Amino acid sequence: MDINKDLVAASSTPIVLAILAEEDSYGYAILKRVRELSNGRMEWTDGMLYPVLHRLERLGLIESRWESREGERRRKYYRITRQGRERLAEERRQWLAVDATLRGIWRVIGDEGPAGEPA
Amino acid sequence: MSDLDRQIEQWRNFLRRRRAIHPVDVDELEDHLREQVAALVDGGLDEDEAFLVSVKRMGSLDALSREFAREHSDRLWKQLVVMPVEPGGDRASTRSDAIVALGLAVAAAILVKLPALFGWSFDEDAAYYARNAGLFVLPLLAGYFVWKRSLNPATTQRLAVGFITAAVVVNIYPFAPEGSTLALAALHLPIALWLLVGVAYAGGRWSEAQGRMDFIRFSGELFIYYVLIALGGGVFTAFMMMLFEAVGLNAEPFLESWLLPCGAAGAVLVAAWLVEAKQSVVENMAPVLTRLFTPMFALLLVAFLATLVATGRGLSIERELLIAFDLLLVVVLGLLLYAISARDPHQPPGPFDLAQIVLLTSALMVDAVALSAIAARIGDMGLTPNRVAALGLNLVLLINLAVSAVLYVRFWRGTARFAVLEAWQTRFLPVFAIWAAIVVVIFPVVFDFT
Repeated sequence: MDINKDLVAASSTPIVLAILAEEDSYGYAILKRVRELSNGRMEWTDGMLYPVLHRLERLGLIESRWESREGERRRKYYRITRQGRERLAEERRQWLAVDATLRGIWRVIGDEGPAGEPA
Repeated sequence: MSDLDRQIEQWRNFLRRRRAIHPVDVDELEDHLREQVAALVDGGLDEDEAFLVSVKRMGSLDALSREFAREHSDRLWKQLVVMPVEPGGDRASTRSDAIVALGLAVAAAILVKLPALFGWSFDEDAAYYARNAGLFVLPLLAGYFVWKRSLNPATTQRLAVGFITAAVVVNIYPFAPEGSTLALAALHLPIALWLLVGVAYAGGRWSEAQGRMDFIRFSGELFIYYVLIALGGGVFTAFMMMLFEAVGLNAEPFLESWLLPCGAAGAVLVAAWLVEAKQSVVENMAPVLTRLFTPMFALLLVAFLATLVATGRGLSIERELLIAFDLLLVVVLGLLLYAISARDPHQPPGPFDLAQIVLLTSALMVDAVALSAIAARIGDMGLTPNRVAALGLNLVLLINLAVSAVLYVRFWRGTARFAVLEAWQTRFLPVFAIWAAIVVVIFPVVFDFT
């Protein structure tokens, strides 16, 4: 399934923040987690994740450090900041509102809605 | 070196050519690529296939470097060159850019001379030229960026409305000849209009901090290029006068009524085009000058404050005192802005930041001394338009610098990020334009056009 670009761009902030809220992580692992969580329905172009991470870092929502762990290459890890957690909570409220709105309208129009139950 | 290493090395070289992607980012991307390849090899692909698939998933180099450039526009500023790296490529667009810019420069020169056709002469109608000075040039400059950035019609329309409103206001107001509200309007109109140029320059990125920061960089470089062109123009003029003098002809009338006004107007567009085209040739001069003069100004102000304290002298209140202190704050603000524009926001605080903090706080203290001296005397001196304008500007600058000082100290202590200071400055930009617009539009009415 192709998800349109604007939607991908808009959802990238909460998704990345939420994944980093689970634990500190790095680019490749974040993408892997996105794929798992969406059952492969969300496919980001790999390289595009990095400008997103750098933007979040500039905004102070996450911070980065280079680290070499046992038996691994030196790697850039990202960690969510306190500000990032606040932003994540705010994003969550907003997305829940959008989601609730859409669920409501899916129910009213009935057919093809994921819930599939007419009003 | 294995085959895979060689391929990755090659891929790194391609990435390195992209100016928006720094070596440290290339390292990060390489780590990603290697892990992806390993995962695919585990899944049963051979190394070559795995490498190809991984590179493809990374996204096209163009798209990737575009995304990096959007996020890190400051990098492009430091390193862009006018000639495209790949031969062929963008050469045609470089040339059409030059043609449009030079065409607009000629148009600005013609625009300056056009009113003379209808009987407005430089000598007798100096007031007309003074209040319209910005309008001869800045709409064309904005037009250049409208063209260059392919701005959407809605924004273009709003810009046009802005310029037309300004033209109508300054030309229908019944200014008293030689009045100070006229002089103030002439002085402040270009500042207000500069915001419109900024909106055009940012080309849809005006709402982003990075877009505004780029405009600040552009303004500083433009100023420096303009001064350089003016210096060259001075040398050129001296030779012109000398040569014609040698054959007994006086070139001064030509200089005064043609070369100087047309050259001054056209040079703005030429300078803008040069800044756009050759951002790297004069490697960002404004930040270099800032580095040089920030410590010097900081020392000067500290020495001045020490002298005040040691000698117990008061400031002698002259007419120009307030304006002098306004200019001082403008210089301090300039030093601050161009220090911010060239700073990597991720760098930890260093000695130069300390110099900035000393500069900011001492400037604020000096200004406080001046303001308190003036406040005590303002009753006797009366509120003329000039004085209100100078006081207002002082207040605007004072607010900007006071908040900047607080944010800078917080950054120094590690309780705030540098980006907060950057955001404060970029958000503040419209305030200058709004204040200038107030002086142009409201002052004449309040002070009865005197």
